[in-house]
Parts: sequence; structure tokens; C-alpha cells
Amino acid sequence: MISIKNLHKNFDSKVVLRGVDLDIYDGERLVVVGRSGCGKSVLLKHILNLMQPDEGYILVDNIAIKKVQQKDLFFLRKQFGFLFQGAALFDSMTVEENIALPLYEHTDMQSEQINAKVAEKLDMVGLPGIQKLKPAELSGGMKKRVGLARAIIMDPKYILYDEPTTGLDPIMAANIDKLIIELSNKLNVTSIVVTHDLQSVSKIADRVVMLHRGQIIFSGNVEDLKKSKNEVVYQFVHAEAEGPIQPKPRKY
Amino acid sequence: MRKHFKLFGDAPFFLFTKKYFISIWMIKPITFIGQRTILFFENTGAVFIMLGRTLRYLAHLWSNRQLVADQMMELGVRSIPLVLFVGVFAGAVASVQTAYQLEGYISYNYLGAATSVAIFIELGPVLTALVAAGRVGASMAAEIGTMKVTEQIDALESLAIDPIRYLAMPRILSGFVMIPVLTIFADLIGVLGAYAVAYINLNLPPEIFFGSVKEFFSLLNVFSGLIKAFFFGGITAIIGCYVGFSTTGGAEGVGQATIKAFVLSSALILLNDYLLSMILF
Ligand SMILES: Nc1ncnc2c1ncn2[C@@H]1O[C@H](COP(=O)(O)OP(=O)(O)O)[C@@H](O)[C@H]1O
Ligand SMILES: [Mg+2]
Repeated sequence: MISIKNLHKNFDSKVVLRGVDLDIYDGERLVVVGRSGCGKSVLLKHILNLMQPDEGYILVDNIAIKKVQQKDLFFLRKQFGFLFQGAALFDSMTVEENIALPLYEHTDMQSEQINAKVAEKLDMVGLPGIQKLKPAELSGGMKKRVGLARAIIMDPKYILYDEPTTGLDPIMAANIDKLIIELSNKLNVTSIVVTHDLQSVSKIADRVVMLHRGQIIFSGNVEDLKKSKNEVVYQFVHAEAEGPIQPKPRKY
Repeated sequence: MRKHFKLFGDAPFFLFTKKYFISIWMIKPITFIGQRTILFFENTGAVFIMLGRTLRYLAHLWSNRQLVADQMMELGVRSIPLVLFVGVFAGAVASVQTAYQLEGYISYNYLGAATSVAIFIELGPVLTALVAAGRVGASMAAEIGTMKVTEQIDALESLAIDPIRYLAMPRILSGFVMIPVLTIFADLIGVLGAYAVAYINLNLPPEIFFGSVKEFFSLLNVFSGLIKAFFFGGITAIIGCYVGFSTTGGAEGVGQATIKAFVLSSALILLNDYLLSMILF
């Protein structure tokens, strides 16, 4: 279980998170929605301690992640898969080397086993046989899927997806949604999915939270989300230009 | 008054009232200098923390041998052409200059000795390190900087891989080891370049030139040159990595990091050259 308590984060004078409280239960598929720039990626990065909060803390399996020593931090991180919004592939390495890196670094597996595992994960994301390509030769959507294969290579307990279907065609997006559901059902993975794609939300979410102006303003299932009377949620769900959410982020 | 006013261009007069003078013209620079000083010490501290973490990973050298070997290849082997080029011409220039200074005072028989000592203790290590600062330090800063701004450093962290071990340690170690190695090459080729010029201009026979090189050759000179090279190589790599890790702000930030790495390491090489020369001689 992951508990986020009263998380605050500023960048210089810019306030991004101002008191996020959120519990993520084991085996759950939690979807985080919110408009671009509201701090969803920043929130995910805090969970892995890639960013440190100004105030508040995060417990992963009851361990305060910002307090632990490097060794324990790395132990915790090995239980996570993180799909970055921009895929963040290592561009000096081939697809295969990207995906296999954690296996070479953290396990004693032989290269045949590793190759087999890489091939298996590439199959899962629908990209068989591209082992030898470099990231520069891939389209945006392919990079995303290679990033996903890398995120799941260590069979993590928690998977954080930052916009997994953005930039994919609808069919591929549906496949990725299916994969997210399969992973969580078969392996009892806890998933946190950041997405703008309302179709994906309906398919994958056990629970949806909405982040707005640095706080969680909604938490509930998809039905609740669609029926919500909250003006902000309503405007977001119905994709309307008029409403409390302004095109330009307000200062607060 | 008129004259005074001109000095500050068309600044409005109130800028020179006593109150404003104190608040703007004096406080601003002081806070600026203060902030810069704090930043300087913060950065210096951070560099040493990075160095400390790097040194700790030396205990796991064996398991990281592949990474280290790759960097040594990259830094050492790929720099050889450039270093040889610089070595030949540095030697040649040293030879011409020394010949000019000896002319009429001291026999050219000592040309070999004078030139080779200059190459061993000064020109070899300093020029090699400066060339490496351009080529290696800047490329480390650019590479790590690009990884930083494209979240590849975050990706390493998220995969429970310490970027200090994976990226910094192999590079810094290669810097310490390979710049001295390159300096040996530069020394050798520099002496050959020096002789080539001596032969062409002065028709000096090789026995005389190399005889005097040998007569005045001291291992101590070569060693002190290599000690310098050791420190210069380390500085170049440490600065390259540190600047890379501190990069922010996209492609422009990477460009600035590259320049910063080059300028900082060149300046530190020259400063340390002075300090080390005082200690060693
Ligand atoms: N490293 C950083 N430095 C400064 N500002 C940042 C940084 N990362 C994110 N931000 C700012 O935080 C805000 C939230 O960003 P982000 O979490 O990426 O939004 P999104 O919800 O679209 O994922 C943005 O306004 C962004 O400019
Ligand atoms: Mg984002």
C-alpha cells in the first residue's frame, strides 16, 4: 500500500502540489486525471523519490520513502515499474539493451534467459522483433511501448503509468489498456495510471481521482465521476471549453 | 555634476539620492556577491560529495569493469589522434622557441635537453589536458546533460541504478587514468616533433639531439608531469560529470553546460598547474 500524506511541492515561486492526500490499496487500479500541467507527473515522481517533497511524506508499505538510506531506497524502487511520459529510453542503447538493463544489473540471469524475457515483454506490448533498433528509429508510440516493456521487465509489484496511451492509435491504445488490466489481474499488480483518455478511464479504473490546483478534488469510481456535480469535474468529463477551468493556469 | 551625470547615461536623477544609492547601487551588488559566494560553496561541496560517492564505488570496480573499460576506450583511444597532433606541433614549437632563445648563448647541443624537459614537465600534461577538457569534458557534460533533461537519469534512478555508479564513476576513473596515458604519448611524439624541427632548421644530427635528451633525462621530471596529468584528468572528468548532472532546461541548457564544463575545467587545469608546479618543484 502507498500512502501519500499532505504532499506539498513548489518550484521556486510556482506552487504545484499543495496538500495531496491519497491512499493506493494493493491490487487496485487507480486512475489519476487532471488537466495538463496540474502536477500529475510530479506526483508520480514523488512516489519513487525522484523528487523530494517540500512538506508531507509518502509511505510505501509503511516505509517513509524520503527517509530511507540509498540501499533501502533502491530495494523499494526494484518493486516499482515506472513508465515515463516521454518514455525516457536510453538513446545510446538498443531496444534490447534498454529493456534488459535492470536484469543485467540486478539479477544473475544468463543472457539466453534474459533474451527470452526481453522477447516475451516485447510481445506483450505488441512489438516483437525490434530488439536491435535504436530509440531514434522508433515512433513516439513505439518508444512508449518499449518504455512499458522496460518498466515491467522486473515483474514489479507496483506499476506507475504516465500517460500510457497518449500518442497511440485507438487500437493500440485499447491493447495497452487490456495489458494494464491483465497485468493487474494476473499478477495482482497495483497500478497508478495517469491519463487524459476518458475511454481508457472507463475501461481500466477501479477508482478515479482528479487532481486540480494541487489537491485531490474528486475520488470515486467511473460512475461517480460521470455523475459528479462538481463544476470542475463536470467540465473535464464533458470536455467543455466553458467552465471553472481556465485555459491559462491561475496563480495561487 | 554634469560630468558625473553623463557617466551614468540618461539615468533619472532620483537614482543618485542617498536613500536609493544605498538600496540599489550598494545592496544589490552585495547580495549578488553574497548569493554567488553561497552558490560557489554549495557547488564545491556538491562536487566533493559526488567525488566521495564515486570513490566508494571503486570498491565494486570488478563488477563494473565493462562500464569502466568502455569509458577508457572512449576517452583514451578516441583521443589519441588529437593528442598526437597536438603533441607533434607543441614539440615543434618548443623546439623553434628554444633554439631561438639559445641562439648565440648556448650550444645547440643542449637543445634536446631543454626542449624535452619543457615537454615532459609542462607542455605534455597541460596541452593534453586542455585538449581533453575540450573533447572529453565537454562531451561528458553534453551526454550526461542530455540524459538529465530527457529524464534518462530519472529512468536510471527508477530502475534502482545509481547514476553515480553507472555514469560518473567510470568516467571519472578513466579521466584519472587515461589522461596520464595520453600524456605519455604526447611526450614521446612531442620529442620527435621537436627533433624533426631541429633537423630541418638546424640540421642537428640525431646523436647530438637525443644524446642530450638522454643525458638530462630524469624520471622525476616525467613523473611530476604525469602527476599533473593525473590531477588534470580527474578535474576534467569530475567537472564534466558534475556540470552534466546539474543541467536544466532542454537543448539550450545542454549547450550551456558544454561551454561551462570546458571553461571551468580549463581554468581549473591552469590554476592547478600553477599550484602543482609550486608543490612539485
Ligand atoms: N523539474 C521541474 N522544474 C520546474 N518546474 C517543473 C518541473 N517539473 C514540473 N514542473 C512544473 O510543474 C507543473 C506540473 O508539471 P507536470 O507534473 O509535468 O504536469 P502534468 O500534470 O501535465 O503531468 C508544470 O507547471 C511544470 O512546469
Ligand atoms: Mg505529465
